[in-house]
Amino acid sequence: MNRGISYTSAFITLLQRDLKIAVRHRGDIFNPLLFFIIVVTLFPLGIGPEPQILTRVAPGIIWVAALLASMLSLERLFKADYTDGSLEQMLLSPQPLAIMVLAKVLAHWILTGVPLILVSPLLAVLLHLESNSYMALMATLTLGTPVLSLLGAIGVALTVGLRKGGVLLTLLILPLYIPVLIFATSAIDAAGMNLPYDGQLAIIGAMLVGCLIMAPFAIGASLRVSTN
Amino acid sequence: MWKWLNSYADPERSYNLAGKLLPWFACLAIALIGLGTTWGMLYAPMDYQQGDSFRIIYIHVPAASMSMAAYMGMATASFIGLVWQIKAADWAAASIAPIGAVITFIALFTGAAWGKPMWGTWWVWDARLTSELVLLFLYLGVIALYASFEDKVLAARAAGILAIVGVINIPIIKYSVEWWSSLHQPATIKITEKSTMTGDMLYPLLINIFGFGMMIGALTLVRFRAEVLARNGMRPWVRELAKTEAAK
Repeated sequence: MNRGISYTSAFITLLQRDLKIAVRHRGDIFNPLLFFIIVVTLFPLGIGPEPQILTRVAPGIIWVAALLASMLSLERLFKADYTDGSLEQMLLSPQPLAIMVLAKVLAHWILTGVPLILVSPLLAVLLHLESNSYMALMATLTLGTPVLSLLGAIGVALTVGLRKGGVLLTLLILPLYIPVLIFATSAIDAAGMNLPYDGQLAIIGAMLVGCLIMAPFAIGASLRVSTN
Repeated sequence: MWKWLNSYADPERSYNLAGKLLPWFACLAIALIGLGTTWGMLYAPMDYQQGDSFRIIYIHVPAASMSMAAYMGMATASFIGLVWQIKAADWAAASIAPIGAVITFIALFTGAAWGKPMWGTWWVWDARLTSELVLLFLYLGVIALYASFEDKVLAARAAGILAIVGVINIPIIKYSVEWWSSLHQPATIKITEKSTMTGDMLYPLLINIFGFGMMIGALTLVRFRAEVLARNGMRPWVRELAKTEAAK
């Protein structure tokens, strides 16, 4: 079958398209990030400003806020394309669906995951995170947020056709996020106590590799169900 | 073989087959659970450390192991429904989900009730308990997703994909007590080696595990029959059936 363009150029075209659209709607990039920062600042107000307590809970707060921010931003992953019909055109195109889905998820991660990783050291300072945990925090976020985007995209793809998909999405996706959260926070805790944490990182890395291979197919199958 | 199996994908035949199997499953379930529970509660020897409170094992372990088995059953049915487009498999998956959720809840509840006298706490955040809780959330997610689509053919496909993705949790539950140091004890019943439990405690437990399996089977058949009727309400054979039932 004649596909017109190669896999690589299809991937890059779609990636550039999604990035361009996002840059022209800057709110989409900044709102999840603002949400992340505001949620993190709520915790010292809620549980008191004592540095010892904040040091203890900082990894958990940052990671839970990251989970929620990534989930909020997921909604727009396929929604606009679904409503204006370009998603159906993508499904009809001769390019393999998994490649296009991967490009969209990568674009989403660049727009929401990367800013979150960049701003996290600042929040770690505010929460008095142990000074030797910073590397672990950055490393777990770098390996973990793509997993969140990939797993979350499965849920979004399943609910994109529904009118009230938002709350349902939380119910579907958060249970799948739990393993990432457990290993990420335990890596940061271990680093805080000067223990080796490469084991936890290796497991998150394995999750990332597994998701990269399997998730695009699951997302593609879900999109075919949703658009029908 | 393939042709013979495919003939049961027809709603009417699968409905009748489920009706024929139901009494067998139901009778076996009542007999096995009755036997296993009476034996376990009254005649099995008392545990030298835990006293009589260990007897909750005869509900807790069967519920916990069958909650995972039911999930695998649901995921397998969903897989068959997705790949070979057999609607009866989709209906079977949809009818297992609520039963599995209840069984998972029973496992968690009896575990909490057992944890209070033994560990001194209702709940600890350890790997086995947390992953079993995630299993409950997965069941609830599948049920919610199936309920939120108007078109039940689409609903079954969407819920099926979620069920298959969630299978990743099953080995985590199974091996959580070996991978992490956990308050929960490691597996007692082993298939390949000798179990670390004496026979007169073990046999009622095994009987109850099979009994719970039969019970889930029976309940699934009841719900499956209802699901077949609900999805085929416009078919002539369902109308015939409704007429003959109404005439009785």
